[in-house]
Amino acid sequence: MALLHTVNKSPFESNTFNTCLGLAKQGSTILLIEDGVYAATTGHSVAEKIKNASGITFAVLGPDLQARGLESKLADDIKVIDYDGFVNMVVEHDSVQSWL
Amino acid sequence: MKLSIQINEGPYQHQASDTAYQFAKAAIAAGHEIFRIFFYHDGVNNATRLAVPPRDDRDVSAQWTALSKEHDLDLVVCIAAAQRRGVMDAAEAKRQGLDADNLAEGFRISGLGQLIEAGIQSDRLVVFGA
Repeated sequence: MALLHTVNKSPFESNTFNTCLGLAKQGSTILLIEDGVYAATTGHSVAEKIKNASGITFAVLGPDLQARGLESKLADDIKVIDYDGFVNMVVEHDSVQSWL
Repeated sequence: MKLSIQINEGPYQHQASDTAYQFAKAAIAAGHEIFRIFFYHDGVNNATRLAVPPRDDRDVSAQWTALSKEHDLDLVVCIAAAQRRGVMDAAEAKRQGLDADNLAEGFRISGLGQLIEAGIQSDRLVVFGA
């Protein structure tokens, strides 16, 4: 079962991203939204964790990345999507788990 | 596909209400059905008609009312959460002996059963919150 996880907190503010990453199964997707987009940047320990995670797709909500001026800091292998892409991801996965 | 949305955060608190609004608009544009939008916890504050945000800022409550009008959405406010926070429709205000009501157009007050039903009837339930 493919699960879509949404994380809306910065990994430097809350532990939800780390908990989500620890529990996410192969084939699932972690979508970073709102302040969660800080996890999609380079130059910190969280970026290493994302780089080393196998079998999990990472995506980030583009408008939230842009609102924080972080486009130039985006790490490799993280897919940038818009709200239409967000809706498609919800449809394509079997269920959605929001980490609040 | 049939989608439902749950909102647990008030307007202007952080971003959940805005994200949910953009998500709902995109889902409708893509041809999906929004079965219900359920406002829970501080999310009930989205349903006040007495909010007057600065003119250069978005009016979150009015946006929901407009979207509901345009697409005939079912916007449901949790009654227990609403009563704690002073969000009342006319009937409930009267029953409580209050001198005012503030539920915005397009919203209705009901119980948690509506959230459970949304979870059962919808293909996906997406939660936005603090």
